[in-house]
Amino acid sequence: MGDVVKGHPLVGGVATGEALVSQKPISFWGGVDPQTGEIIDQRHDRCGTSIAGRICFFPAEKGSSTASAVLLELARTHKAPAAIVVVETPPILMLGAMIAQRLYNVSIPVLRVAEHDYGVFTHGQSLRISSDGAIRWEAEKGRDPLPGSPRSDRVT
Amino acid sequence: MSVVLDREERAMLDGQRGRAVQEAMSIIVQMADAIGADELVKVEQAHIDACALMAPSNFDFVSRIVEQGGRVAVPTTLNMVSLDLEHWQELRVPAAFAEEATQIANAYLQLGCIPTWTCAPYQGYLTPRFGQQIAWGESNAVVYANAVLGARTNRYADYMDVCAAVAGRVPNTGLHLHENRRGQILLRLPAVREEAWSSPASWAALGHLIGERLGSRIPVIEGLPIHASTDQLKALGAAAASAGAVAMFHAVGITPEAPDLSTAFHGGPPPETFDVSTDDLRQAWEEMSQAQVGEPVDSIVLGCPHFSYDEFRELAEAIQATSGTVHENVELLVLTSSASFALAQRGGLIDPIRRFGAKIAFDTCLFHSPIVPEEAHVLMTNSGKAAYYAPGELGVRVAFASLDQCVHSAVCGRVQMGGAPWGTS
Repeated sequence: MGDVVKGHPLVGGVATGEALVSQKPISFWGGVDPQTGEIIDQRHDRCGTSIAGRICFFPAEKGSSTASAVLLELARTHKAPAAIVVVETPPILMLGAMIAQRLYNVSIPVLRVAEHDYGVFTHGQSLRISSDGAIRWEAEKGRDPLPGSPRSDRVT
Repeated sequence: MSVVLDREERAMLDGQRGRAVQEAMSIIVQMADAIGADELVKVEQAHIDACALMAPSNFDFVSRIVEQGGRVAVPTTLNMVSLDLEHWQELRVPAAFAEEATQIANAYLQLGCIPTWTCAPYQGYLTPRFGQQIAWGESNAVVYANAVLGARTNRYADYMDVCAAVAGRVPNTGLHLHENRRGQILLRLPAVREEAWSSPASWAALGHLIGERLGSRIPVIEGLPIHASTDQLKALGAAAASAGAVAMFHAVGITPEAPDLSTAFHGGPPPETFDVSTDDLRQAWEEMSQAQVGEPVDSIVLGCPHFSYDEFRELAEAIQATSGTVHENVELLVLTSSASFALAQRGGLIDPIRRFGAKIAFDTCLFHSPIVPEEAHVLMTNSGKAAYYAPGELGVRVAFASLDQCVHSAVCGRVQMGGAPWGTS
């Protein structure tokens, strides 16, 4: 495990931000408040956390096809995630990101990573995503002390 | 660009068919490339869910397509809108909200869509036929179209549905292709008395279990009673698409691509088997409620997805079997389409339901329109979809129960739940 994880860019772009790492799929509609960006699905492991400005790790999307419209509304009010990283390709969120770029010139990169790579990211780390899909840890903060080891944070 | 376009598709992308078509096509091509589609497929019908969300960005998006001269290229139905366009005043919707919602609704009509305003388009106008390539939004409608009708659609995002309707094309991937419609896991249900499946709520609980446990995999369900009604199948699909990302299921002997087990798995063996116990089913049922028996109930919502004619008939029968009317502290709301309502009215079903004290709303959704009182604490429903989303969206605790139990609770003003209909294993 080096200092970089190579993701596959599904919607291109660059981003920096703090990682929000979840182990549960999400529906942005019904799961995220379109006004604030807070996760409101009470069954979700990051319920109560805001996705605004964060690099959000969800294993997959699920639920409503209105998720794209919620992402677009978040982009309009500058409360969208900095980027979205998944294991399973999320066409609904990707579409929201594509429209956000066209309508509001807001870039929300969407990346897919391999399942074994998903596990190396921990909640709260500072990350940087480059246009080729590489995800790097920012200096100083938050690098997992044991690279490649099982996640140290337990989901509550 | 890796997707291969034919001459007409290239003309669309080059702007020879107008700016709206060009923009729609450029989004479809970007998506096709991102998900690795080799080609596009023509769709013959669309269902637009994008009209539902009351948000300025929605108006921004649809206005842009309208200004670019956008018109739908294929017959296109519309999902619910954030307003009962006829009765919003009776439902206490603020005028400013109504004005904005009407603007969004009108913009979608300007695209040339059919004003069905329903999340159950498969029980109304323009039902797709077996094998037809379509582009539908609205998660519950997508499952129904694929599973029950055998039409072919992926779970299209809001706005992708608009692009598909305007361009008449989508990436040829996923459930548009025969090989991807094969069952992925066999679900064997326990042998229980058939009456346990008589209520659509039982099917919703099974749908919840499927969504929670299987995510986006295609289940092949064995052991359901073969005389399944469209409303029971609707309840199953809606719950599965809320708790998970289910876009299709097979029910052996019921759905058209699963006359038998072997056909559902395209001739191969099931890659995996899940033996569902009665405990699993009971747990799924119980997971959907946070409220307790005997608590005061504020709001009871039926019709998520929209009530059909037959559901109106069942409600009228349940009302007839009970004495009394809706308790003064309870609001009983039934959501439906204007088409189902018109039939129910002709069938003489609406008057007894209104005399009982129920309110009926057209065209809209409890989550998109401010029609559930803000002060509601406990919401009761027979819908797996409403039960799934209500705690987060409306800040209520849910009581999930059958239609009969909802009617009893409406009269006494307190949660009356008999529990799951399956016995112990």
